[in-house]
Amino acid sequence: MEELVKALTIGVTNGLIIALIAIGYTLVYGILELINFAHADVFMLGTAFTYFATELIVRGIGIPASSTLALVVTLMALPIIMLMTATINASIERLAYRPLRNAPRLAPLISAIGMSFVLQNVGLLLLGPSQKAVEPVLPRTDLVFFPSGAAWFGVDEIIVLGVTIPLLLTLRWFVANTRQGKAMRATAQDREASGLMGIDVNRTISLTFLIAGGLAGAAGLVVALYYGQTFFQYGLQFGLLSFTAAVMGGIGNLTGATLGGLFVGIVAAMSDRFIEAKWTSVIVFSLLILVLIFRPTGLLAEAQTERA
Amino acid sequence: MTAMPAATREPADDLLVATGCTKRFGGLIAVSDVDFTIPRGSIVSLIGPNGAGKTTFFNMITGLYVPTEGRITFDGIDITGDKPHEVVRVGIARTFQNIRLFGNMSAESNVLVGLHHRLKGRWFGAILKPPSIIREEEEAHARARELLDLVGLGRRKDTLARNLPYGDQRRLEIARALATGPKLLLLDEPTAGMNPEETRRLTDFVRELRTRLGLTVLLIEHDMKVVMGISDRVTVLDHGEKIAEGSPAEVRADPRVVEAYLGRGAASEG
Amino acid sequence: MTEAVRAPRRSIPNPLAGMEERRRQTVILLIVVALALIYPLIYRPLSNAIPAVPWPGTAVLVVCATFAILALGLNIVMGFAGLLDLGYVAFYAIGAYTTAFLASSHFGIHISWWIVLWIAVAAAAIFGVMLGAPTLKLRGDYLAIVTLGFGEIVRLVFRNLGDITIALPAFLGGAYLLGSAEGGANLTGGNVGINPIDPPIIPIPGPWGASIVFSNQNVIASWYLVLALLAITFFICRRLRDSKLGRAWMAIREDETAAAAMGINTVTTKLLAFSLGASFSGFAGAFTGAYNTAIFAETFSYNVSILVVIIIIVGGIGSLRGVVIGAFALLYVDRTLLPWLGDHIVNEPIHNLGVATGQQVLADFKLTTYNYLLFGIVLVIMMIRRPEGLFPDAGAKAEMHGVGIAAEVTGATGDELTALGELEEVDLDDAPIPDPNAPPPEQPPTATGPEAAT
Repeated sequence: MEELVKALTIGVTNGLIIALIAIGYTLVYGILELINFAHADVFMLGTAFTYFATELIVRGIGIPASSTLALVVTLMALPIIMLMTATINASIERLAYRPLRNAPRLAPLISAIGMSFVLQNVGLLLLGPSQKAVEPVLPRTDLVFFPSGAAWFGVDEIIVLGVTIPLLLTLRWFVANTRQGKAMRATAQDREASGLMGIDVNRTISLTFLIAGGLAGAAGLVVALYYGQTFFQYGLQFGLLSFTAAVMGGIGNLTGATLGGLFVGIVAAMSDRFIEAKWTSVIVFSLLILVLIFRPTGLLAEAQTERA
Repeated sequence: MTAMPAATREPADDLLVATGCTKRFGGLIAVSDVDFTIPRGSIVSLIGPNGAGKTTFFNMITGLYVPTEGRITFDGIDITGDKPHEVVRVGIARTFQNIRLFGNMSAESNVLVGLHHRLKGRWFGAILKPPSIIREEEEAHARARELLDLVGLGRRKDTLARNLPYGDQRRLEIARALATGPKLLLLDEPTAGMNPEETRRLTDFVRELRTRLGLTVLLIEHDMKVVMGISDRVTVLDHGEKIAEGSPAEVRADPRVVEAYLGRGAASEG
Repeated sequence: MTEAVRAPRRSIPNPLAGMEERRRQTVILLIVVALALIYPLIYRPLSNAIPAVPWPGTAVLVVCATFAILALGLNIVMGFAGLLDLGYVAFYAIGAYTTAFLASSHFGIHISWWIVLWIAVAAAAIFGVMLGAPTLKLRGDYLAIVTLGFGEIVRLVFRNLGDITIALPAFLGGAYLLGSAEGGANLTGGNVGINPIDPPIIPIPGPWGASIVFSNQNVIASWYLVLALLAITFFICRRLRDSKLGRAWMAIREDETAAAAMGINTVTTKLLAFSLGASFSGFAGAFTGAYNTAIFAETFSYNVSILVVIIIIVGGIGSLRGVVIGAFALLYVDRTLLPWLGDHIVNEPIHNLGVATGQQVLADFKLTTYNYLLFGIVLVIMMIRRPEGLFPDAGAKAEMHGVGIAAEVTGATGDELTALGELEEVDLDDAPIPDPNAPPPEQPPTATGPEAAT
C-alpha cells in the first residue's frame, strides 16, 4: 500500500512535468495542426541551460551547491531559461515552419523532424555524448513519512510542484482571459476567419511558440534539477511521453494535456515500480498507439466526434 | 455491375430508392426524412438553396456518409452504409462539386483509375506481368482512350490533369466516372463555373450519355436553365427537407419552391 | 543543376525522340551497372593512383546498397501511397532478427540463408499488416507518430527480451514461466545482440576456398549479392509503380476521397503499400544481419528510420532512381566523406582549439558524431527550397509545392473538412488553369506527352 502511494506521488510529480511539455505540443497542434517534433528538443535544451546555470552558480560564482542560496538563485534563473527556450522555439517556427504554412501538411512535419535533429546535435555539442550530472542544488530532504517510518515525499517534490502548478494555472488563466489568449483560441478555431477579423495571425502563432517554448524551458529546469542530470537524448525520451499525454487528453485541449500528463506520469511510475523500468517506454508507447487507434480524439473527448 | 445478382426484379423499375433518409451532424440536421426515387433511364435533378442538404444527400448515396436513419437501395440491393468503393462496384459513379481529379496524373491515368475495380490483376500479377495482365492492361488503356475520345479529350491523354483547362477537367471527371461502368451517374454541379456555351455543350453531352449508354443521371445543379431543360423530374430540398417534387414545370409553379428561393434572395442561383 | 536534370525529360517532343531518350537512359544504366560491377576490382588501384579523393570502400558501397533497398521499400509507402512511416526501421529489425533466430547458434537453428531470407520477408510483411490494419485509417501525422512509437517498441522489445523473467504471481504458486530465480531467459541477445549469424553461402569451390561466403569478411562477393538484391528490388518497384496498383496508390496520395469514389478500396490498397514496403525492409534486414554476422538492438534506432526518410526526400519522393541515388549519396557522405573531412581537415583544428580553451567537448570533437546535424539541416532546407528532391519524377514537383491536396491523409470529406483543409481545397479549386505554381513552359503547343511519368 505504501509502495503504491509512493509510486503515485512520483507519478504525479513526473506527470506535472510531462504536462508542461505536453501543453506545448497541444498549443502548437491546436493552432497549426503540426506535431512540433522539435518541441521536446527545445525542452532538452532547457535542461542543458539549467545545467550551465548551476555550473555557473556553483563553480563560477562559488555558491555551495547544498545551500539554500544556490537553489534560490537557480530558481531565479528560471525566467531567463524560459525566455531562451521561448525564443528558440519561436525562431524555429519563423525559420522552418512559416515558409511551409501553405505546403501539404506533411511538409512542415518533415521540416520539424529536421529541426529536431538540429537541436539534438546542438545539445550534443553543448553536453557531449553522455549524461551530465547537474549540481545537486535541489535538496533531497525527506519531509513527510509513512506511518511505518519510510519516506513518502520530500522538499524536492514540493519544489517541483511549486514550479509546475503555478505555471499551469497561469497558462490556463492567460488563454482563457487575456486578449492574446482569446486571439490564440480564435486562430486555433479558424485561422482564415481570425485573420479577417483583424487578428494578427503570424503574431499569434509566434506567441504560441513562445509560450510553448517557455513552458518547455521550465520543464527542462525542473527535470534537470529533479533528475539531477541532463542528456542530449532527453528530447526523444520525454517527447514521446509528453506527446502521448497530449493525445490522451485530446490534442488541442489544455486541461486534457494536464490530465494526460498526470495519467502518463502515473502509468510510468507504476510500471517503473511494479514491472520493470526498462519496460516503461514500451508500455507508454503501446498506450499511445492504442489511444490513437481507439480514441484518436482523446480519452476525455466529449461529443465532439464529428471533428475530422 | 459485377456484384449484381441476376435474380432481382424491380416492379416499379426504380433504379435507386431512398426511404426516410436522415443525416445528423451532432445537433445539426442536414437531411431530414427524405424519400427519393430515381426511375431507370431518367435524368433527375436535385435542387435547393445553398445549404439545403443536396451534397449531403449525394454523399449518403455514394457512401461518404452513413445515413443516421433511413435506407437506400440500388437496383434491388441494399447499399445503406456501404463504403464508397463498394457503392461504385454496384454501379454508382460520381463527380465532385469542386473537381477532384488526380492532378499530378495524366488524363489517361485518371481514367485508368476509374477502371481500377474492373481489372482483375493483383499485386503479384503486377510484379510478374503474365500475358493475362499484359493483355488486361492493353485493353484498359484502349478503353481509357475510348472514353477520353467520348468526352473529346483524346488528344490530351498525356496531359497532367491539373494542366487541363477548367472545362476539360469537368469532362475528364465525367470520363473517369464513366470508366467505373456505372448504371447511375451522379453529377454534382457539373456546369459550375462554365460559360453559357460550355454549359450548353455539357447539357447536350449528358443527354447523349443517356441515349447512347443508357445511363440514369442524377444532377445537383444551380443553373435553373440547365435543370429545367434537361430533367425528367426535379426534387427540391430546403433545410434538409423535401419540399417539392415533380416535372420541371410543376416544380417551377410550386409556391413553396418560389418562396424557398426568392424568400432568401435569388443570390443562390447561378 | 536542377535544369540540367530535368531539361532532357521535358523536351521529348515525339515518340521517336522518346525512344532515343529511353535508349540514352538504357546506356546510362548499363554504364552505371558496369561501373558498379568493376568498382571493387579497381578500388585499390584507383585510391592508390588518386589518393586525394575520398573513394568509398566496397564495404561502404554495400551499406549504400542496403539503404537503397530500404529507401525503395519506404518509397512505396511514402512516395507512392503518400503515407509517412517514421518506424520503418522496425521491419528492418524484424527481418534481421528473424534471420538471426533461424540461422545462428542462438537457438541452435541453422537454416540456409537463402530460405531464411524469404521467411524474414514474410515476417516483416506480416508485421506490416499487423501494424497497418488498425492504424492506416489515421491521419497522416498521427500515422507518423504511431509508426514512430512502433519502431521504438520493436527496438526496446528486442533489447529487453535479452533478459526476461515471467513468473506466476505468488498465490498461483510463483512458478517461473520464463527465466528463473537466478536470471532472466535470453530470447534476443539483449544489448549484446546475437553473434555469430550464419552468412549466406554458395558451396562452389574455387580460388576463394570451398565455398563463397557473403559476409563482411568478403565484401566483394557481398557487394555483388547486395547489388543483385537491389536490382530485384528496383525491378519490382518499377513494375508496381507502372501497374494498376501503382496508379491506385498515386490516386490515394493525390486525393483519397476521390480514389474511394472511383472504386478503390483505400484501406486494402494502403495496407498493401505498407506490407510490401515492410517486406523490402525485412529483405534488407535479412541481408544486413547475415552480412555483418551479428546484430544489436541499438543498431535499429529511430535515426535509421529518419535517415531513410531523408534519403527519399533528398533523392526525390516517388522517384525510383532518385531514391537510389539519394541512398548512395547520403551513405557515401555519412560513411566516407564525413570521416575523411574530419580526419583530414576539421577534427584537428577543433581539437586543438578545445585543448587550448579547455573545452572537453571540442577536444573530443569528431565530425562524424554530428552527421545528423548535417542531415537535419539538409531536411529543413530541402523541405523549404526543393521539396520534390534532387532527382524528382515528373509531377512530383508540383505536388510537393502544394498544388495537389494530397501527400497527406485528412480523414475528412466534403462539408466535414476542417478549416485548414477547406483552405487548401479552395486554393486548389479556385486556382485557375494554368496554375500559378506550374510554370507555363510546361505547356508548349507540341508538348502533350512528356509529363506523363508512366
